[in-house]
Amino acid sequence: MYEVIAFYTFSLLTIALFGVVVISKNALYSMSALAGGMIFIAGFFFMLEAEFLGVVQIIVYTGAVMALYAFGMMFFDTTKEVRERVHAQKVIYTLAILVAVCVVFIVSGPIVGQKMQALYPSIEGVGNIQMVGLLLFTKYLVVFELAAIMLLVAMISGILLVSDRMNLDLTLKDEDDKEREMI
Amino acid sequence: MIGLAHYLVLSGILFSIGLFGVMKRKNLLMLFFSTEILLNAVNIGFVAVGRFYGDMSGQIFAFFIIAVAASEVAVGLGLIVLWYKRTGSIDLDSLQMMKG
Repeated sequence: MYEVIAFYTFSLLTIALFGVVVISKNALYSMSALAGGMIFIAGFFFMLEAEFLGVVQIIVYTGAVMALYAFGMMFFDTTKEVRERVHAQKVIYTLAILVAVCVVFIVSGPIVGQKMQALYPSIEGVGNIQMVGLLLFTKYLVVFELAAIMLLVAMISGILLVSDRMNLDLTLKDEDDKEREMI
Repeated sequence: MIGLAHYLVLSGILFSIGLFGVMKRKNLLMLFFSTEILLNAVNIGFVAVGRFYGDMSGQIFAFFIIAVAASEVAVGLGLIVLWYKRTGSIDLDSLQMMKG
């Protein structure tokens, strides 16, 4: 009973908030609505007994990603309304609805058709976080390490792209100054 | 009772909201927000399927999708800031430099 109430509440709130994100003219409202929607999605994860993922969702999405967006929006003028040229409105609505129907069929097709076999079934008496750790450090170790490298590359590229002195070679700068002084 | 179909339909609805945003919005920042919605919708689907079939792989994949989303935001936001400094606009129409 509680699960049903929670599911419908969370789904209504998530759909409404994400609708605000897509429709709103103000970038600040969009960002706040997106942060709220992420929190409610974490609620779904808790309902699905994926506690670790729910906590990661709150920390990474509403903590890190939203803070990054807020930081990035300091560069833009967010107080004025976003003006966009609109054209082919009807085409977009039709395409969105058609795609929605297609996606529902594609996703639910194989479920109805045949029985699936669990590749890595969860063991009785082992908690969710323990199980995630077990899989992450045995079966998916290489992917985990690659994800770490990818995050490192993303961090370095983010720093380099936003910093002002991107076109200068930072390591050669001292020598250049010395040469200039000698001249 | 809430079954797998409920979660999958919800995931489809959220995915189409995100797709609608990607098609409708012309602001690059809004495009990024819509991409986040898409990734989150897929995450819900993965975790729901994993839960109802007793499989842990769904959660692991959702975990990696979150990592991909985080790095995408870092790189993409850097590129947007760079583009804004260069042209003073983050409208998608200002990116049509190669238009013949």
